[in-house]
Amino acid sequence: MPNAIEAQKLDVGYGGRQKVVKVLSGLDLTVAAGSFLSILGPSGCGKSTLLRVVADLLDPLDGTISVLGATPHAVRSRRDVGFVFQDSTLLPWRTVRDNVRLPLGVGQRSLTRKIDDRSSELLELMGLGGLGERLPHQLSGGQRQRVAIARALLGEPRLLLMDEPFGALDEITRDRLNDELLTLWRRTGTTILFVTHSIAEAAYLGERVIVLAANPGRVVKDLDLRPFKQEGNRCKREDAAIVGAMAELRAALERAS
Amino acid sequence: MKPAPLAPQMAIALPVLGAASILIAWQYLLPLLGVPAYIVPAPTAIFGVFQKNFALLIDNLRPTLIEALAGFVIGNLAAVLLAVVFVHSRILQAAYFPIVLFFNTIPILALSPIIILIFGLGMTPKIVIAAVICFFPTLVNMIRGLDSASDNEHELFRVLSATRSEIFWTLRLPRALPMLFSSLRIASATAVIGAIVGEWIGSDKGLGALIIQATFNYQSDRLYAAIVLSSSLSIALFCIVVLIERRVIRY
Repeated sequence: MPNAIEAQKLDVGYGGRQKVVKVLSGLDLTVAAGSFLSILGPSGCGKSTLLRVVADLLDPLDGTISVLGATPHAVRSRRDVGFVFQDSTLLPWRTVRDNVRLPLGVGQRSLTRKIDDRSSELLELMGLGGLGERLPHQLSGGQRQRVAIARALLGEPRLLLMDEPFGALDEITRDRLNDELLTLWRRTGTTILFVTHSIAEAAYLGERVIVLAANPGRVVKDLDLRPFKQEGNRCKREDAAIVGAMAELRAALERAS
Repeated sequence: MKPAPLAPQMAIALPVLGAASILIAWQYLLPLLGVPAYIVPAPTAIFGVFQKNFALLIDNLRPTLIEALAGFVIGNLAAVLLAVVFVHSRILQAAYFPIVLFFNTIPILALSPIIILIFGLGMTPKIVIAAVICFFPTLVNMIRGLDSASDNEHELFRVLSATRSEIFWTLRLPRALPMLFSSLRIASATAVIGAIVGEWIGSDKGLGALIIQATFNYQSDRLYAAIVLSSSLSIALFCIVVLIERRVIRY
């Protein structure tokens, strides 16, 4: 099985040909298939930019990147990648179910594999059974984010990119969704790249955490958390080893800021 | 601190009482102040016209209604279609939108004689004037509405490899509907204004013509009745737009 991501000497920037602002510079990153990677870093370090390059929303200036053994474009065309944004980005005029089914209605022409309507199953899985006919404004922030995750999972993506998906939620809801996400990850075997501002969230979720520094973005810390966790990436938030890892990440983050 | 909202009964009763107090003052206070009836006729006299000359009023309402409705439909449809062209071609938008904005600064009263010169004295020039007056606000609002989808929404559709037409029908058009309806509400009143202005300049039929005739003949009760009818027409069109809006936009 190829690695989920292999990036070498990746340069990414904005601003056209003349005045390029480099956001990522010489980034090397390998992510094993099926793993859960947390990406931590100060604002402007290029965390979201990295996800956008993987999702084929942005072309790198230089360097190479392969996603699931292919180009980002091929992977997007196969619908092998799901994206969850910080704001749920639900269409307010569509019911919850129709939002989840959005991937069935658009982009079918370039799609090279068939996608089934698993909306009912996914609504149940995300604890949204019975809410299918509601409109997004009738849901809480946590429920909206569950809908966004269900929508991203509809095409059974092999790679799930999450850009601070729980950043706007209260702590209790966030913790609960963290646990649900881990359960989901264990069941589906999907590779997850999870961008967050929260050290605790990064350490609790990730099998591995990378810390990016800004100006320009590069990896300054790469911490494998599997030795600190039990089978299946399980741990308690207050485990001494996890707290220790958090202190290590905090130190790296402070140096990076 | 914000004052507490009114009880629902009061929210209905107070405007009714407010209107009634003004009507009563108009009926009884204005004559006492020496305002002659040929300038401001009493509300009962205006109401009397609706009883006496009902057929005349309806005969003149009909052309105005048709002109306003046709102008509303044509002007807004043209604006929506041009907005769609503009948001899909930045080149056309850059080339022609400033000219469209320039035309918008010409007062409709100055433009109307030209339109009548071109289209003659029938219903057509009134429809054109009503259409022109609806056109600009809808064009500007529709362009803004079609451009109002967020970056994240566009990225979501890009991740799903949506085509341009899918993005248009599934994202940009629904996003534009609230702004479209807010300009349709404005257009429901301005379309009637356009039709009446057209009738002022060259017509012997319609509420605009009736207003002019009644003014020159010092039939002020008839003039006021025509004004009441014009504003009722605008209100009716406005209510239809709001009813459709409530069915279409549920969030």
